Amino acid sequence: MSTSKATAAIVGPGNIGTDLLAKLLRSEHVEVQYMIGVDPASDGLARARSMGVETSHEGVDWLLSRPTVPDLVFEATSAYAHQANAPRYAEAGMQAVDLTPAAIGPFVCPPVNLDFHLDAPNVNMITCGGQATIPIVSAVSSVVDVEYAEIVASISSRSAGPGTRANIDEFTVTTRRAIEAVGGATRGKAIIILNPVEPPMIMRDTVFCSIPADCDRDAVAAAIHDMVTRVQEYVPGYTLRAEPQFDDPREIWNGLARVAVFLEVLGRGDYLPPYAGNLDIITASSARVGELLAKARAERTAQSSGTTTSSTAGATA
Amino acid sequence: MTDVSTDPADKPGIRITDSTLRDGSHAMAHRFSEEQVRAVVHALDAAGVQVIEVTHGDGLGGSSFNYGFSLVDDIQLVKAAVEEAHQAKIAVLMLPGLGIVDDLRRAHGVGATVARIATHCTEADVSRQHFKAARELGMETVGFLMLSHRVGPEKLAEQARIMVDAGAQCVYVVDSAGALVLSDAQARVQALIDEIGTQAQVGFHGHQNLSMGVANSVLAYQAGARQVDGALLALGAGAGNSPTEVLAATFDRLGIPTGVDVQATLAAAEEVVKPIIPRLPHMDRSSIVQGYAGVYSSFLLHAERAAARYNVPAHEILQRVGEAGYVGGQEDMIIDIALQLAEERDLGDLAAVGVR
Repeated sequence: MSTSKATAAIVGPGNIGTDLLAKLLRSEHVEVQYMIGVDPASDGLARARSMGVETSHEGVDWLLSRPTVPDLVFEATSAYAHQANAPRYAEAGMQAVDLTPAAIGPFVCPPVNLDFHLDAPNVNMITCGGQATIPIVSAVSSVVDVEYAEIVASISSRSAGPGTRANIDEFTVTTRRAIEAVGGATRGKAIIILNPVEPPMIMRDTVFCSIPADCDRDAVAAAIHDMVTRVQEYVPGYTLRAEPQFDDPREIWNGLARVAVFLEVLGRGDYLPPYAGNLDIITASSARVGELLAKARAERTAQSSGTTTSSTAGATA
Repeated sequence: MTDVSTDPADKPGIRITDSTLRDGSHAMAHRFSEEQVRAVVHALDAAGVQVIEVTHGDGLGGSSFNYGFSLVDDIQLVKAAVEEAHQAKIAVLMLPGLGIVDDLRRAHGVGATVARIATHCTEADVSRQHFKAARELGMETVGFLMLSHRVGPEKLAEQARIMVDAGAQCVYVVDSAGALVLSDAQARVQALIDEIGTQAQVGFHGHQNLSMGVANSVLAYQAGARQVDGALLALGAGAGNSPTEVLAATFDRLGIPTGVDVQATLAAAEEVVKPIIPRLPHMDRSSIVQGYAGVYSSFLLHAERAAARYNVPAHEILQRVGEAGYVGGQEDMIIDIALQLAEERDLGDLAAVGVR
């Protein structure tokens, strides 16, 4: 079915873009045509070329000057660059998957809310900590009211790049907003910790949700387990460290009880080392989004042309 | 800054920042009332303490499941402290990754004038945006390099340089685990002085886990530090901080000006703080293990709670935390380790009855 693949470009040949490329090269639904950078000496561009992908160091201008632009564009540059590029992608008719904190389009987390945004011109991938924790917040809030959810993302210092370090508030603020908007908590809070220990620590995430004093804890635990299985479909190294921990109501918790969920995210080691689960989960989530957008496009095309049925497109899933 | 004079008559002074209402917040499980804050600030201000830090133990934004919820919102406490102080400046702590620039703005909005910005000792570059914002607000700035024992003097000095370049007017060697023993503390202070010279001051924040807080503070002064932290009755994380009243008395005996009235701090400790605290910080098995294994002092009460919840020893949790190299802020990992210990115990129980 290679003819039905959606075409794509990756803009930004850094660590994230290169790891994303490795993941998309395995996709049955997305074909990466171009890797775009701005530096002729870029290692990432050389690596992409060695994998058979056409590259350019002439930036987005080069991409937009192709006779036919790709269906999808993955932005792995910076929020600043994406602010400038987003309107140009939209005008050219490319659907953008934004891995930067620009947050021009709606936040998406594949197992939670992507269904609502399949035809959005631009979707945003939140943050690494958001992709790791929001599925759990959503699982809990699908069963009970979550008045407050708090996440703690611990990552190895080596996996925190200069962009993250220069504007760490962006992580906490964006993740908090998405815990509320996507996770379904009334109030959210996000904390990020950088740990320099050697050998590097594997990404860890803890999710605390307030839950009603008397609720069906088995149902909450079941929803969490179910969600972990769904995330594992695209992030195999996403695991629970322990069973969800339930604590009884306390006065200082406004009389609410609490569930605590302890997660580990081991990366696939495609390009980035396995401990950098934080980077893996955002590229894996982006690849997942790309695949689901590609399938939705194929179904729309099939429906409008009438030459194939949507069930045919669905069969490739 | 001038070098230490040989003439005892004009030794340079040292500024004591009191952190009873911030580091002490850990020991209070972050449950200070506004009335208590007002009473402590009133006593410290009257005793001549020039800087009083008021915040949740983990800084602005610290109120959380992970670190404990504050009884009273930080901003309300800071505002009360500002109203109560006549001469003292009110300082706030913030940890990038937890607190954000907006928190700093709100604290400044109610009158805080000193911003103390803390990172793990190898991660100073996450503080740049906060120093920039604090300076733009016109706040005095202090950088906090936490768990300073985890790296050697040279590496620590490189991190101090990052903070100074970002806008820190003083950088502290922060012995968060109370693990620095005498020359360990002095060598770090010396390395910072050598690196940043007169571009910024150097400070020292001590803990009592190995009972070194005051002695390390004196050695820090002798190396050139001009700011130190204390807390009344040592009220702080782990076995507590260098006691403010002991720092005042000790520096006074050495003829080093602090501007603080010794008798008034003794009265503040005994008459104001003692009646309001549930227990005195002390060097018990768990807190000594923290100093010995190099564990963040604030983990103490969290380890005790997890120990009670999962029926495993607190000192074993803390030992494991040290071995894993967890840093300040990773309180969630204490539960994770308690769960592991409980699992190992249950497996051991099974093995003991012959189950293989």
